[in-house]
Amino acid sequence: MTILARTVDATRRYGDVLALDRVSLDIRAGELVGLLGPNGAGKSTLINLFVGLRRQTSGTVELLGGSPQDPLVRRGIGVTPQETGLPESLRVGEIVDFVSSHFPEKADKGELLARFGLDDLVKRQIGGLSGGQKRRLAVALAFAGNPRMVFLDEPTTGLDVEARRTLWDGIKDFHDGGGTVLLTSHYLEEVEALAKRVVVVGHGRVLADDTVQAVRDMVGVRRVSLIAENLPELPGVLASSHEDGRINLVTTDPDRLVVELVRSGTPFSGLEIRPTSLEEAFLTITSASNPNPKESAHV
Amino acid sequence: MSSLIVAHTRYQILEQIRVPIGLVASAFFPAASMLAFAVPFTGDDPVASTRATGSMMLVGAMSGAIMALSITVAQDREQPWNTYVRTLPAGPFPRFAGRILTTMATMLIATIPVLLIATFFTAATITLPKLLIGLVTLLGGAVPFMLLGLFLGYLLASKAAIGVSQVLFFPMAILGGLFLPPQMMPDFVQAVSPFVPSRGAGELIWAVTTGSSPNTVAVIMLGVWTVIAALAAGWAYRRDEGRRFS
Repeated sequence: MTILARTVDATRRYGDVLALDRVSLDIRAGELVGLLGPNGAGKSTLINLFVGLRRQTSGTVELLGGSPQDPLVRRGIGVTPQETGLPESLRVGEIVDFVSSHFPEKADKGELLARFGLDDLVKRQIGGLSGGQKRRLAVALAFAGNPRMVFLDEPTTGLDVEARRTLWDGIKDFHDGGGTVLLTSHYLEEVEALAKRVVVVGHGRVLADDTVQAVRDMVGVRRVSLIAENLPELPGVLASSHEDGRINLVTTDPDRLVVELVRSGTPFSGLEIRPTSLEEAFLTITSASNPNPKESAHV
Repeated sequence: MSSLIVAHTRYQILEQIRVPIGLVASAFFPAASMLAFAVPFTGDDPVASTRATGSMMLVGAMSGAIMALSITVAQDREQPWNTYVRTLPAGPFPRFAGRILTTMATMLIATIPVLLIATFFTAATITLPKLLIGLVTLLGGAVPFMLLGLFLGYLLASKAAIGVSQVLFFPMAILGGLFLPPQMMPDFVQAVSPFVPSRGAGELIWAVTTGSSPNTVAVIMLGVWTVIAALAAGWAYRRDEGRRFS
């Protein structure tokens, strides 16, 4: 399949801070890729390289067979800004016209706004929109030029559940029509719902790159959930949390944990052992690879 | 390409019109300077009055170009929207052109109060064709200052742009002989004056409005400054990658 976006050993430094460290990644036509990583992991830097905002310190970055620095190449992509920050004094219709004037194949304005539930707001000044409406407009702008590929950086941050669903439907429609998507999100639920492939980055490196299922399985951790007053020290616990009166333990070896628990004589009830969610897998992957958490770059 | 220039100019003008205080501010300064520096001193001399009116229009255009433009560009650069606009498929040219055309429109509006003051309070005289040629010369002569404003705006943070642009603007206007005619200034100022771009722009405006013969060195230096400012502005745009940690 055609590769739409690619990095080969891409490195980016900001002064002494290494934001990306020899990252090699291929994104093929028609893929919907979720990019995951904690703050400062290098997600934004990677996207900034792909959309031509920054240049790599070394290595190669290719977009649609050319350089992201070339405006003609960027006619094939759409981008959503991470923060809303839209110009408050302009009207919704005016900003869509401004953005789509850059592209040879413009999306129909009415149809585009309708797709994101904004059809009544063409004449509204952006300063008068709600936060959710601004967010939806920002995502809609990524599709204004009928792109082959879109880069969506935190598309649904700060949205309520219903607005998030509307956006997800818009993104799914684009993908079903053959569009390629690179998506970052704080909501793992979002990545699980939309993406087939997940790339986990941490400390400027690609830590995992596989299907959602495989990333979940790869870490081989299980969640042990039970009700108990107090727990003794148990072996192999990677993370623990309290939720609805239950204690949740994440472990690589649930069998040994249960054996030790029984042996300790601690009273407990309601024992469950389940496969982990993507979130737990993600936490395990990124914390396991964190040699020195205080030095993580904030970029 | 031309449709992109239209799109960027339209966008800039819409922003300008929706917040009209910027227009009022840029029209106020040359009008106030006209009342303070031209009206009391030129009196009933038609040539001196016409020349001073041209100088004050250039002062207004320069403040719009060097100060207002550099500060707006620097402030916009700190907005996340600007980062997004840089991902759109357009190079620096449509954005520069949009900014320059919008600034020119502001400059023309700022000449109106100066023209009114000149008409009612001074002995300045001009024919309509000469006025139109004068306005075109004003806009052309302002191009290097706009490029300088773009250079500063893309190079500096907005707070620095406010300071640096003022520090550049006032000496440039004075050395160029816009507040006082160069002949009335000390010898060393007269020696430096032709090498300052404001002098060359002034010489052209004075020539087309009063029929004086322009200082050749000053006009050549204006051309040199235009090339330097264009290269510097292009360099600063490419160098700018937004704020370092965005």
